[in-house]
Amino acid sequence: MAYNRFKNKYVEEVVAKVLMIAATVALFVFASSIIYTIIANGWNAMSWEMISQLPGGGFYIGKEGGLLNAIVGSMYIVGAATILGLIVSIPVVFYLNVYLNPNSKLGYAARLCFDVLFGIPSIVYGAFAFTIMIYLGAKASLLGGIIVVTLLIIPIFIRSMDEVARSFPRAIVDAAVSLGATKWETIRVVVRQIMPGIATATLLSIGRAIGDAAAVMLTAGYTDSIPTSLSQPAATLPLAVFFQLQSPIPQVQERAYGAALVLTIIVLIISILGRIITNRFSKHRIK
Amino acid sequence: MDIIKQGMFRPNQKFCTNANADAKIEVQDLNVNIGTNHILKDVNLTIHNQAITCIIGPSGCGKSTLLRSFNRLLEDTAKTKITGKVIVDGDDIYEKGCEITHVRRKMGLLSQKPCPLPMSIFDNISYGCKIHGIRGKKKLAMVVKHYLEAAGLWNEVKDRLHTPANRMSLGQQQRLCLARGLAVEPQFILADESTSALDPISSKIIEDLFVKLKAEYGIVMVTHTLRQALRIADYVVFMYMGEVIEQGTAEEVFKNPQHELTQKYLSGAFS
Ligand SMILES: Nc1ncnc2c1ncn2[C@@H]1O[C@H](COP(=O)(O)OP(=O)(O)O)[C@@H](O)[C@H]1O
Ligand SMILES: [Mg+2]
Repeated sequence: MAYNRFKNKYVEEVVAKVLMIAATVALFVFASSIIYTIIANGWNAMSWEMISQLPGGGFYIGKEGGLLNAIVGSMYIVGAATILGLIVSIPVVFYLNVYLNPNSKLGYAARLCFDVLFGIPSIVYGAFAFTIMIYLGAKASLLGGIIVVTLLIIPIFIRSMDEVARSFPRAIVDAAVSLGATKWETIRVVVRQIMPGIATATLLSIGRAIGDAAAVMLTAGYTDSIPTSLSQPAATLPLAVFFQLQSPIPQVQERAYGAALVLTIIVLIISILGRIITNRFSKHRIK
Repeated sequence: MDIIKQGMFRPNQKFCTNANADAKIEVQDLNVNIGTNHILKDVNLTIHNQAITCIIGPSGCGKSTLLRSFNRLLEDTAKTKITGKVIVDGDDIYEKGCEITHVRRKMGLLSQKPCPLPMSIFDNISYGCKIHGIRGKKKLAMVVKHYLEAAGLWNEVKDRLHTPANRMSLGQQQRLCLARGLAVEPQFILADESTSALDPISSKIIEDLFVKLKAEYGIVMVTHTLRQALRIADYVVFMYMGEVIEQGTAEEVFKNPQHELTQKYLSGAFS
């Protein structure tokens, strides 16, 4: 009997191990085949021109030009949305965790709402914003894109920072305060503790914001120039992929993969930088 | 503190330069309510300097609450009402004009679970000093060394002062917290079951440190283990259900307890 139980445990362990290895391998194969496809198809389109120039006349039938419009447009939207997202989310998280008590109904309802918002596809955000813009008589613009992307990433920001705040060890504040620190002086300690979490939340949000095509298509539009004001439309990299991929001309299709490659490289750079910064911060974090 | 400022700081010197050798903590008619809970009931106590006072009693009787009322940490809990007086070195800390950071600085708190600040070993100790206006690399380095020595930690960590504090062992972390508390030069040390989360060797080290430190500080120690109280207490306070049942010197309380509840508790009838 005892022997049997032992044997069952052993089998369980082997099965679990095999499943885990299979899942890891599958993920790895998946990720590398995506990257392989992008590089194989887009490598020829990569050039300095591609990332330093605006689309010229005839760009979309395979003539000269680059994607600078989309690169800059994406940067504008993602940068502004991330900053706005942080500005909106931090007070919300603060309110949820400092002012509301842990089992408050309002807090529960708010968290549920953010979870639902988190799960809503971005096209719905886009469509919603689009309806409002039509109602207001506004055209697709950089501002529209920034606002909708901000809305899109706020739930991610809030939920991931909320986790950080909820796992915050209150004893740290007590410790600092017992040394005679004022409220203001304890902030330094609190920031040190939560910085890695905020950095991770920001990375997640940037990841979602930069890759999103649906919401910006309806709100930011697309243009071949770099917007010089908030009311002008703006191009974005995911849409550069989307539009060019539909072309029957091979050079243009190649450029679509090139755009995807640029997007992937940007995400990679941001992740690596983020990782480095997070590691620096989290070295001291108290678990 | 003056000694540090004048740069005449030497180990073995009395650490606590602003201490008044016969400063006491006197608690008068202290009542604490949290919400509708009446947690401390008419507590009257005297805590002596340069001695170890052990607060004993079953869990939930309000020992931690009492300790946290000594450095006004209790106020940060929601819905807390505190009445009565806690007189430290002649001043009622709950009086209006009393500077809260000043009160807290006089009372070093050592919690149950070691809780280093999220910074390096060096910064953990210098954090409090910086708050209280000690500047300058040399001076801070001297203070850090001095208090790490006082906590018996210097030899173990002198080569890694700038590594994160969270990489130390639990026992070392607790001694770091002690050093951190000492570095702001308190008069009293409030220890809330500070050895209960540690292994026997580490808790012995902390205990021995307390015995050494009582030459300079008044130490209030909440403990759940009677044997620890027997080993090191000079004075004992027995609490039950938010009330102080009995207090006196260790000899009086342990050898000749007056109250029936104390007798029962000491004989192990409940814990
Ligand atoms: N924040 C709080 N809110 C309500 N009740 C509390 C709070 N903190 C402590 N108590 C109650 O106060 C009593 C004393 O707690 P405590 O001082 O922690 O006891 P001890 O340290 O002796 O074990 C307990 O009955 C506890 O339930
Ligand atoms: Mg307690």
